[in-house]
Amino acid sequence: MKQDVPKIRLRGVRKAFGTKQVLDGIDLDVAARHSMVILGGSGSGKSVMLKCILGLIEPDEGVIEIDGEDVLRMPRREREALNDRIGMLFQNGALFDSLPVWENVCFKLLAQKRISRAAARDKAAEVLAQVGLAASVGDLYPSELSGGMQKRVALARAVAAQPDIILFDEPTTGLDPIMGAVIDGLIVDCVRRLGATAISITHDMASARRIGDDAAMIHKGRIVWTGPAANLGHTGNDLVDQFARGEREGPIQMELRR
Amino acid sequence: MGALILDPLAALGRGAFAACRTAGAVALFALEALSHLFRPPFHWRMFARAFVEIAWFSLPVVALTAVFTGMVLALQSYTGFARFNAQSAIASVVVISLTRELGPVLAALMVAGRIGASFAAEIGTMRVTDQIDALTTLSTNPMKYLVAPRLLAATIAMPLLVLVADILGVMGGWLIGIVKLNFVSAAYLKSTFDFLQTEDVVSGLVKAAVFGFIVALMGTWCGYNSRGGAQGVGGATTTAVVASSILILAFDYGLTEIFFGQ
Repeated sequence: MKQDVPKIRLRGVRKAFGTKQVLDGIDLDVAARHSMVILGGSGSGKSVMLKCILGLIEPDEGVIEIDGEDVLRMPRREREALNDRIGMLFQNGALFDSLPVWENVCFKLLAQKRISRAAARDKAAEVLAQVGLAASVGDLYPSELSGGMQKRVALARAVAAQPDIILFDEPTTGLDPIMGAVIDGLIVDCVRRLGATAISITHDMASARRIGDDAAMIHKGRIVWTGPAANLGHTGNDLVDQFARGEREGPIQMELRR
Repeated sequence: MGALILDPLAALGRGAFAACRTAGAVALFALEALSHLFRPPFHWRMFARAFVEIAWFSLPVVALTAVFTGMVLALQSYTGFARFNAQSAIASVVVISLTRELGPVLAALMVAGRIGASFAAEIGTMRVTDQIDALTTLSTNPMKYLVAPRLLAATIAMPLLVLVADILGVMGGWLIGIVKLNFVSAAYLKSTFDFLQTEDVVSGLVKAAVFGFIVALMGTWCGYNSRGGAQGVGGATTTAVVASSILILAFDYGLTEIFFGQ
């Protein structure tokens, strides 16, 4: 494979729900082994974009390539095989309530029959240790965990099958700043250890700088800026700078009903 | 003036189209779920969980319903048949009514309230909390994991439940017969079995399998397609119970026509 082919490439991706054009021609490149942070206001289409990459939502138009292959035109079996290489951390964790933590963590490995149920308990303990949780947590159910612990378990589940692409949907939303920083640290560790390519959605600027090598801003369904995450706050792009500084005045006007 | 006539007609047409669309969507959903029964892997653990939930945990409510129905049936038959000196027919009326109609229909309505609602609420909650999307990202087809095992479990478990309901219902009638209506126990039981035919029981069990499939189908379909948080899940649960109850009664007529129609 050519070195210059991005790991993930989106071109002209459009998606509308009824009359609302959520994605309006998204163009984005994510280099292999890079961590890309996507910024944008609520309802700007960030989660829809991630779901399009995962194949959970079918775009109306456009091209989504992973390792140079157009995933939208792949046969279903190939697409499923490709999804086996992708891990996802959902905004609210999306842990399965009816299963204990160890089974949640090793769900994908068990589903793919890569591991026996007996071995899965040990594997879960190993992965839980990587996210700073004791092996005994494996026997609890998700409803018995705090929000921070649920995020860690969700992170453990996302990385347990050692994916080479990991998607994070607002990993620190709803957590206190210290726990947010802990989760960010774990994400960086996991992504580096696996040598994975990551896309993270966040509203949290501190989190974006900690997690991301690169950043992109989505506004009104389009990518309006991409650049190093370290530059956030002084990019020279009014939209990004206003968003990064959390300023009320600027080119981004919140749609408020009066 | 034209609008006065056309507007209600347009609304009627829209309603009819929506009903057809929904029926088509449910049929495609059922076909896809059934196709997963013949394509590995099959999630036996989910099947066993659903089977125990339906067959074992529904047993108390179905048993109570059957016993009381049998008792009421015996009493009501007596008050009616005594007018024609036909009390000897009570045992056969009780057993035939129970095995052909009341056993399957009442058990199915009870299971619709209990299991249909539970399936819709559980799968609906999984839908609105992204757990169904999470399944897809974890190399698991949600239809194969959540829907197909429940459909199979309900289709197998319902006839077993109805068989138990038939036996308990007959026992309820027998109890009233000997305790309250002064029947001789042996004579009541002889009358019960003399008039009972295999097709009475088999037709009831076939109905039960169909009703079980309907309950599971409507529960999973409503849950799978629920939207909009807690309110959406609540709506899905209500729709699952109402729709499966109506379908049970409609299919009951259809099946009775097939089995016993002239």
